[in-house]
Order: sequence, then C-alpha cells, then structure tokens
Amino acid sequence: MTGGAGKERQTLLAVRDLNVAFRLADGPVHAVRGVDFTLAAGETVAIVGESGSGKSQTVMALMGLLAANGTASGRALYRGEDLLALSPRRLNRIRGEKITMIFQEPMSSLDPLYRVGRQIAEPMVYHRGLSWRAARKRALELLKLVRIPDAERRIDAYPHELSGGQRQRVMIAMALANDPDILIADEPTTALDVTIQAEILKLLRELQDRLGMGIVFITHDLGIVRRFAERVYVMREGKVVEEGPVADIFAAPRHAYTRMLLAAEPAGRKPPVDEATPVILEGRDVSVAFPLGGGFLGRQRQELKAVDRLTLTLREGETLGVVGDSGSGKSTLARALLRLVPSEGEIAFLGRDIAGLNLRRERGLRRQLQIVFQDPYGSLSPRLTIGEIVTEGLLVHEPSLSRAERDRRAAAALKEVQLDPAMQTRYPHEFSGGQRQRIAIARAMILKPKLLVLDEPTSALDRSVQKEIVELLRRLQAEHRLTYLFISHDLAVVRALADRVLVMKDGRAVEEGETEEIFARPRQDYTKRLMAAAFLSAGAPAEAWAG
Amino acid sequence: MLAYALKRLLSAVPTLFLIVTISFFLMRVAPGGPFHLERPLEAKVMENLNRLYHLDEPLWRQYFLYLSNLLRGDLGPSFVYRDFTVADLFAAGLPVSIQLGASALALALLIGTFLGCIAALRQNSAADYLVVGIATFGITVPPFVVAPVLSLIFGVSLGWLPAGGWGDGALANKILPVLTLALPQIAIVARLIRGAMIEALRSDHVRTARAYGLPTRIVVAVHALRAAILPVVSYLGPAAAALLTGSIVVETIFGIPGIGRYFVQAALNRDYTLVMGTVVVVSLFVVLFNLVVDLLYAWLDPRVRFNA
Repeated sequence: MTGGAGKERQTLLAVRDLNVAFRLADGPVHAVRGVDFTLAAGETVAIVGESGSGKSQTVMALMGLLAANGTASGRALYRGEDLLALSPRRLNRIRGEKITMIFQEPMSSLDPLYRVGRQIAEPMVYHRGLSWRAARKRALELLKLVRIPDAERRIDAYPHELSGGQRQRVMIAMALANDPDILIADEPTTALDVTIQAEILKLLRELQDRLGMGIVFITHDLGIVRRFAERVYVMREGKVVEEGPVADIFAAPRHAYTRMLLAAEPAGRKPPVDEATPVILEGRDVSVAFPLGGGFLGRQRQELKAVDRLTLTLREGETLGVVGDSGSGKSTLARALLRLVPSEGEIAFLGRDIAGLNLRRERGLRRQLQIVFQDPYGSLSPRLTIGEIVTEGLLVHEPSLSRAERDRRAAAALKEVQLDPAMQTRYPHEFSGGQRQRIAIARAMILKPKLLVLDEPTSALDRSVQKEIVELLRRLQAEHRLTYLFISHDLAVVRALADRVLVMKDGRAVEEGETEEIFARPRQDYTKRLMAAAFLSAGAPAEAWAG
Repeated sequence: MLAYALKRLLSAVPTLFLIVTISFFLMRVAPGGPFHLERPLEAKVMENLNRLYHLDEPLWRQYFLYLSNLLRGDLGPSFVYRDFTVADLFAAGLPVSIQLGASALALALLIGTFLGCIAALRQNSAADYLVVGIATFGITVPPFVVAPVLSLIFGVSLGWLPAGGWGDGALANKILPVLTLALPQIAIVARLIRGAMIEALRSDHVRTARAYGLPTRIVVAVHALRAAILPVVSYLGPAAAALLTGSIVVETIFGIPGIGRYFVQAALNRDYTLVMGTVVVVSLFVVLFNLVVDLLYAWLDPRVRFNA
C-alpha cells in the first residue's frame, strides 16, 4: 500500500451529503442519498457495492456526467472549489486535467472513428494549449509508460485494432496525460479477462507509486478491493452503509450487508463422480475453423482455428468447467458440441455419433442438449411472455401437447427454478438479471435435458445473485442427475461447481484434471498465471501483480 | 483502395448487363412501336422506317446489335427526336439535371445537418419539435404540390423569380427548382441526423470526451457529428443517383430541359433507344454512387475499412 496509515495526508476531495436524483416518468428516483466520502493525496479508496447501489452515479455526479434527467445536490470540495457548483467552463478546466476518469467499457469508451494517439493528445491540446505535434510526442511517451507493446505503431491504431486490455491502457494513458491529482476508475477491469485484469491493476499501482495521484476505485469485486485499496466505502441503495480501512472491514464487517457481500464469494466444492458412471458426451479431436477471408483471386484462404483438436469426456452427473481467456475457444467448443457450428472430429452423445447427423434427425437428441447463455438480457425475446419463452421448446419437441398441459409444465418448470408460476404472463423486462437467468434455466429444464451447457451463466450477475444461481444449479444437478458443461472465466465459480476443469488457450487444451488438483497444483504456466490473476491461491495474496 | 474500387466497378458489369437485358425485352413486350402514330403511316413508309432502324429483324438480332453498339459506347439514334442521337440528347440534358440535383443535394446536406443537430442538441424542446414538424411536412408534401405553389407565389404573385423556364441556366431560374428538389431531402437528412446525433451524444465515447473536459463545440463537432453523419452517407447513394438524373415533376412543371423528362416521355413514345439510354445512365449513376458512398463510409469509419 502506498503511504503509511499513520502519516497525515492532505485531503484532496471531500464529498459531503451528496444526493443524486433522476426524474423519471413515474416520479423521481433517488440513486444516491447523502453520501460522504474523502480522498487524500496519493490514497486509494474503493467504493464497493452491487449494481444499482449508486456507486457509479456518485462519481458521475462529481464529474458533471449525469444523464440529462439527473440532478445532484450537496458539496464536493476539491482544493476548495465545489465541483457541483462550478460553471461548465470552470469544471472543464478541472475534469480531464486535475481529475480524470477511466471507464468500464474499453470497447466503447474510446471514439471508434479516431486514432488512439489523437484521442490521447486531445485533452493536452485543449487543456494545456500544446500543439498537436507536441501532444503526439507526449502521447507516445504515455503509451510507453502504460507499456503498450510496439507503441510507435499502436499510436496510429484505431481502437478496434487493439485488444480490450490495450484499449484500457490507452484510456489510462489519456487519464495520465495532464498529471492528474485524482484518477477515478469506474470498474476498469470488469470487462477484461482475469490475466489482463491483473496486469492493469499492477500498472495502476505502479503508476500511482510513481506519480502519486489519488485513486477512487469503483468496483463490485471484493477481491480487487482487498488487494488494491486502503480504505473502502460499502454502498447499498444509494447510501454508504459502512466505511473504514480495508483490513478492518474484511476482518470484522459490522454491517449485515457487508457480511452478506463477503459471504457471497462462491463457496463449496463438488465431489467428483465415479469412474464407472456412464459417459454422456464424448468428443474426440473436435476442431472448428473459421475462414478469415483473404481468399480472393486464388490467394491462400486464411483460417482461424477456434478449437484445435480437442478431446473431452463428460460422465453422467459430472460438471466439467471450461476456463480460459476470451478468444480461447470456450464458447465455440460448446457450440460445436451442440452442433450449432460445423466442426471436424467425432462427437458422441449417449453413445451415438452426432457429428454427421442432419438437423432433422438430431431433433430428438437436441432436446437432451440444452444451453443457457451469458447475457440474461439479450437471450430472452423481449416480445414474448415468460410462459411463451419457457414453453417454446415444447412446441417443437412435443407439438401434440395441449395448451393447458403446456401451461402446467411451464408452471412446474418455473417453480423448479424458484419463480412464482403466476409470472408466466409477464415480459422479460419486468425481471432482474438473476430472475431472467432463472427463466433461461427453466426454458432449458422444461425439456428434461441430460446435458446442460452453461455458457458464462453467472458472469453478468452480482456476486450475491451469482451465489443463488450457483445453488440452484447445484440443486437441479442433484435432483435430475444433470451433466453440466460449465464455461466461465470466473475461476471462483468454476471451483465451486465443477468436478473437473479444462483449461483452454488459443483453441487448445492446456491442462485438464480434477478441480482441486488443478487449483492446488497447476502444472502449466498459463494455468498458474490464470490462478494467480484470479487471486485464488489462498495465503499467497497479491504477489502475482504487486511485485 | 484503388484495387477495391476497381473490383467493385468490375462486379457491376454483370448487374448492368442484367438490367439492360431485362429492360430491353420488357420494353418490347409492351404493345405498339415508335412509328405507330395516331394517324397511321403508309405501309411503304413504315416498312422503310422499320428497315432503317433494324426493327424488321428478329428480336434476338436487334438485342445483340444493341449490345454490340452499347459496348462501343453508341447509344443509337432516338426514334422520336429525329436527327438526334440519344447521346446528343443526354449531352444537352444531363448537365442541366446534374446542376440542379447537385445544388439540391448540397443544400439538403447543409440545412438538413444543421437542423438535425439543433434538434438533437435541444431534444424535446420547442426547437426540436419545430424541426421535426418541418421535416414531417417536407417529407409528406409531394413536389408536384410544392413546385406549382412556389411558382405561383414567387413567380406569379410576387414576381421575384421566373415562374418557369431555364433561361440558359440563369441563377434566378434555378432557385425554385432547386428548392423544390431540396425540400424533401432536407427533411430526410434532418431526421436522420437528429436520430443518429441523439444516439451519438449518449454514447460512451462522447461521455469520455466530456469527462476529459473538452469544450462542448469539440465534443459535438468532432466526436458526435462524425458518427451521426454515417447513416446520412448510407442514404446518400441512392438519393444522389435519383437527384442527379433529374426529376420528371420538377422539369415538367418548371419547363427545364433536363433528362428527367425522358423517363416517361420516351416510354410513352416507345422511343426504344432513348428508354434504354435512360436505363443505362441511371443504372450507371446508381452503381457509381453506391461505390462513392462505400468509399466515403470507409473513409469516415475505420472499422469498415477493407484490406485491399
């Protein structure tokens, strides 16, 4: 940690009684209610909470970035000036120069139409009156400072030509351009792979040590708070429910909500299944290749091997966790096994080769193979009722069912995922993310599948909701002897759910084995890095990136 | 990029061929011919005319004859405007139509973009409603209403501008036709820009620009407008092709010697070569402008750039 606890540091930012309200059609919504917080020079403060807790709106209000229907009241003193009371012109002199911000979405936070060098240079040109040429020179230095490989070339890249981690580095370079006093980081690593996440955090820490800015870190991830922050504010429903030094909060949480957050870290282990259990799904040398174009006028066609000769076995009642960074081929593998993308190699389901079957013949098997997707918002049709969504599969697989019978089955399926069957007539937008994921599970379960592919089913959810879904999946598995192929980049959840783990990288299997074995004694470098980045190796905390 | 453009132009050849073929035979399915006048010609004269223009030969030979002439850039003689070749007619009329169309297009882009930005920046204010109202008006009122009304008010009642005629391209003669052509385009551009601009202003990268304290004019002009222009560019291809090849309504009402009139007149007169010529010219414009739009789009948006 930077600085000692005993050393008095100058207070940079003091927020007093901050309130944020949004005018909506059906009355005002109070997103932030009477929040107080302070940040000292060079200090790292985390604001933690689940979605909807008001943590992001708190900083948006300070930066004058609230949506048009939002208003903020209270005081936010920065070096004696109240940020909330400043004229836009005066505020523009502070934001982007003295207080800068990096955002969660590295994909969309940079302007897709301009080269990144120009975007880094822009604030310097407007704040300091630098010439474009001088600003570009400084932008190059900054890109080197944030350790973008091959900075001389990348400075002329467009955002879409960079990876998520590189884009976030560009964002950080932009934030540092004018030597800010305060850096606000709003979930800066949430959208990144764990290994990249660790690198970005390490970079932020090093930059803070060198440049001495204070950091306000907004996150929902307690693992990051524990390793990264000195003090923490826990927010819930727009209020700060608990605050204090990180060590104290983690050792002795006073508020029930903090305790709940801490307890929501995935726990429990799944015992492996017997070697003699019948095999449900077997894949041998499964490969999926996508053409990369470039085949014009007789030139050699390029291919991307998304999955490269992968072999796997799933026994009844087993959960195979598939982990790896994005682009490792996890989801493509799942789609190949479900026959949603064409693949090479053998795939046997319940002892039958399904790789060569055509769609019509597959239908009987298809109902036994179901999938739950990551995005609970995008994967449910907004124009169908819950009842229609859940029973849609029945229309295909059991067309002879009467409407009453279908309704009865839908009610049973909803009950199974702990939703009120009376909700059948409602639409997806009326439900929370966790509820929607339950609906997606009910949609799969109504067909009584043998194998359920879970493609990042908990990644878009808050930890406490995640925990409920994990418990639901556990119960369903026990009651129906379900087999899961569980895809996730979240190692904590995989550890809690899977009996075996398959680590993928660049379409290949890096390592496979029993969960405890892999987590306790990873053999391959890549697996080790993955584990270290996820802060999971208990007792060996921050070494992975604090060094 | 050059390779890409060439590839695109080459790929247009089969399209043009199909268009020419279909139009050729479709036109011949229609009853009558160029020399079937109200007062029938003498049989001998008719025979001579048919022979002169190869109309007495089998249809497939006429088709190949037309194709081979077309490949040599020869659009043939007009059947109805005697003593003129189709190329002569276009040489005289096309520049007029292009002038009017291009002026209307430029006007529409300027005013439409301006109005659209105003509306987006003051969303749900009186200014916004006014722009949306004007836009709806511009789209719904057809040019055959606008043209005579403008002509009546400014040409006849006020006498400020000529009520019609080309006047050898005098500026005063162009104002009303250009306005008539531009009005619906202004409306469409304003609506497109407004919608795209509202979305762009809410986007994450505009939030970033604001978070970095960039002046509002820079945020709007540099970061939001460029994104907002993209849908207009897509719209521009077909719109430009349609505008530059003239409008029958505007040219007829204002008495302007463009090529827009030929669309209908040639078809009614069964002026086979002129109909074909019009089809070829319009198709060429459509192909060309779609290419221009794609190149322009790629220039504006690096994400769709091709590695050619």
